Amino acid sequence: MTSVEKIPKDQMVVEGLTGDAAIALALKQCDIDVLAAYPITPQTIIVEDFQKFVANGEVKTKVIPVESEHSAMSACVGASAVGARVATATASAGLALMWEILYCAASMRMPIVLTVANRALSAPINIHNDWSDTYGARDSGFIQLYCQSSQEAYDTTIMAFKIAENKDILLPIMVCIDGFILSHNVERVEMLPDQAIKKFLGVRQPFQNLDPDNPITMGPLALTDYYFEFKEQQDEAIKRVPDVFKQVEAEFERMTGRSYGMLETYKTEDAEIILLTHSTPAGTAKVVVDVLRERDEKVGVLRLKMFRPFPSKEVAEAIKHAKAVAVFEKCRSFGSTCNPLALEVMASLYDLKEKPMVTDFVIGLGGRDVPPTTIVEGYEKTKEYLKQGKAPLYETLGVRK
Amino acid sequence: MVEVEKAALSIKDMLQKKPILSSGHRMCAGCAAPTVVKLMGMALRGPTIVCEATGCLEVATTIYPYTAWNINWIHVAFENAAAVASGVAEAINALREKGQWKHEITDVIAIGGDGGTFDIGFGSLSGALERGHKFVYMVYDNGAYQNTGIQRSGATLPGQETTTSWAGKVEPGKRERKKPLPEIVAAHRIPYVATVSPYYTRDFVTKFRKALEADGPAFIHAYSPCPRGWRSDTAKSIELAKLAVETGIHPLYEVIDGTEYIMSGPSKRLKELKPLDEYLKMQGQFKHLFKPQWEEFKKKIQQDLIDDWELLKKKCGIE
Amino acid sequence: MKKYNEIPMAGNIIEPGNSKEYKTGGWRAKRPVHNDETCLWIRNGTCGKCWIYCPDNAVRLIEKDGKYFYEYDYDYCKGCGICANECPTQSIKMESE
Repeated sequence: MTSVEKIPKDQMVVEGLTGDAAIALALKQCDIDVLAAYPITPQTIIVEDFQKFVANGEVKTKVIPVESEHSAMSACVGASAVGARVATATASAGLALMWEILYCAASMRMPIVLTVANRALSAPINIHNDWSDTYGARDSGFIQLYCQSSQEAYDTTIMAFKIAENKDILLPIMVCIDGFILSHNVERVEMLPDQAIKKFLGVRQPFQNLDPDNPITMGPLALTDYYFEFKEQQDEAIKRVPDVFKQVEAEFERMTGRSYGMLETYKTEDAEIILLTHSTPAGTAKVVVDVLRERDEKVGVLRLKMFRPFPSKEVAEAIKHAKAVAVFEKCRSFGSTCNPLALEVMASLYDLKEKPMVTDFVIGLGGRDVPPTTIVEGYEKTKEYLKQGKAPLYETLGVRK
Repeated sequence: MVEVEKAALSIKDMLQKKPILSSGHRMCAGCAAPTVVKLMGMALRGPTIVCEATGCLEVATTIYPYTAWNINWIHVAFENAAAVASGVAEAINALREKGQWKHEITDVIAIGGDGGTFDIGFGSLSGALERGHKFVYMVYDNGAYQNTGIQRSGATLPGQETTTSWAGKVEPGKRERKKPLPEIVAAHRIPYVATVSPYYTRDFVTKFRKALEADGPAFIHAYSPCPRGWRSDTAKSIELAKLAVETGIHPLYEVIDGTEYIMSGPSKRLKELKPLDEYLKMQGQFKHLFKPQWEEFKKKIQQDLIDDWELLKKKCGIE
Repeated sequence: MKKYNEIPMAGNIIEPGNSKEYKTGGWRAKRPVHNDETCLWIRNGTCGKCWIYCPDNAVRLIEKDGKYFYEYDYDYCKGCGICANECPTQSIKMESE
């Protein structure tokens, strides 16, 4: 581990940045070697800003303005296989078009950083935020980290390279922000000096790359006799993420004083009902909790950051004392018992003898606003279900029915 | 001066070059693709990275835990060989500029079959050509999706029977023409396009070397007979690669900068095309065309070939 | 068979050309038999068409002390017959195994 020092405040630059702009600046400061990307709303600012850095000679990155997202991820795999530090960005349909190669990137163990401005999937076509895109890719083998602020998006993008490129991990990683809500809103961001990031990340040290001195065959055919073993390796690798994440965050915290954790708890110690969500709804939930607490309601928030790998043990530990957990998620998994986040929460609690009730609320599809009243509605419903002793498997909030 | 290996044109020079593909691969007996790859290897300048699309050659040369490849090789998926190659090429450029890549030359070659090139990989190929990466794309064209069991592709010839273009009571195999890929590629105005046949080894290696030396993307269209799919004698694959040239099925030419068409020696020396029947009769996949029912259809194919040949001659400035 | 933690990551094959460990000679129904008398390689070290065209690198052309020798590597020859078909002096015959 490199030894990093606390960065003096006067070396930090503070700017007002959108989530997209913060990510673009982080990518620039990470001195990435290759960026291959295709424009798609609401991610586009990332690519536009980055191309401006290139046009002004501020980075040495080779940008590949590909003809599709499928080619974006393919070019990233090729570049990563050479040993380069590689990133791309996408959203919604773009992520869907990458789908096939997401699995290749993870299975071929390419430490690519993919920043995503979460957006609804067609049809109808819709440019606004929900989590259907990255939730759909939850089994692709990517690590998934969800951010609540521009600052967190900036910090997480930097840490993402160090996690992904760790020799015990070597997996691609998605850094997710809510489309428009975070991608296009300006917030205060404290930026690190270039040198500090350079020291923190170092130059990528590839393991088994396309090196002319050591010819290698990558991506062969593996059938019934070996395929399963490679999946076992991949599974072991993603299970190692929490430990590496903690190390990387600890180092980052020493440097900046900031850390986020795999999950964040807010007023949960004595909470009887815990509101569990991530990304921007978590901010709304915290405001709701502050108001409810003034009315002596025992309520708190669990804000998840890491969805893949899902930190089951830590989540269970953080919510097991509550009477109920109300999950708010911006995705409907059609035909499923309930929805991706609640499924994980329920599975995490399964082994406990005494467990909280779990309610699952689908909110904000296609960018439908999630005002505090929607969170309050879920909270009130959960209270009611607790009284009744049973709850529906899931329900939608904020839809006209 | 950068040290570059010479292209091997003579048998003596070829024997000195280390083969890029080892024995023990599991391509079918008589498949011409390994010979195509062998000839490609004779043109190499030094360190080379091959990015390959899914297909016969990819699958049968890298059955885990074995690889037949002696040089760096990567396969990701079916439709993205050119995109992967653009990532490889730009990563090398980036690392070189930062002083992290010590090799002065590292050539990048993408390889795809006709399915992976004419059809599913066409978008990524066109994108990579337009962006102008320094790489060579080689298609080994065996006229159908042979790997998945002989289905028709954009490269399948009219009258050719495949498992998705059957010759039946009312159908003569594929009815449509072959996609004129080299010309479409040339229309991107890339510096170099050439068609090659493994029978003409010197022509093949010379052109491949020109492709590697081109100042930008280059494209090689290699003809690659497939005894399994074509239902031809395994011994006849190289002979068929010659006949394809002589009958005008696969004329040999180069296109410089997308506009200057040059007929290559083996095609230029032909006084006239050999009759198409000579090529068809050696393959079970065209057997039905010799029934009286398809006589007119076969005549039309022959006439189209002659017309195409005349058009090509005109483009090449040959009267 | 090796366990998951005993093999390189992600299916990477780190030993180039190790397919040589896999012998394909068993596929052969006919074997090429070579006649040194008429072979141009043996005579004067020219031609070599059989070597160039062989898809399986199963022909060995050897030059030693100014003399030329010819061998088949029957471990890999699949018996396709391309060498026999392309030989300009008909020096190769295919015989049933």
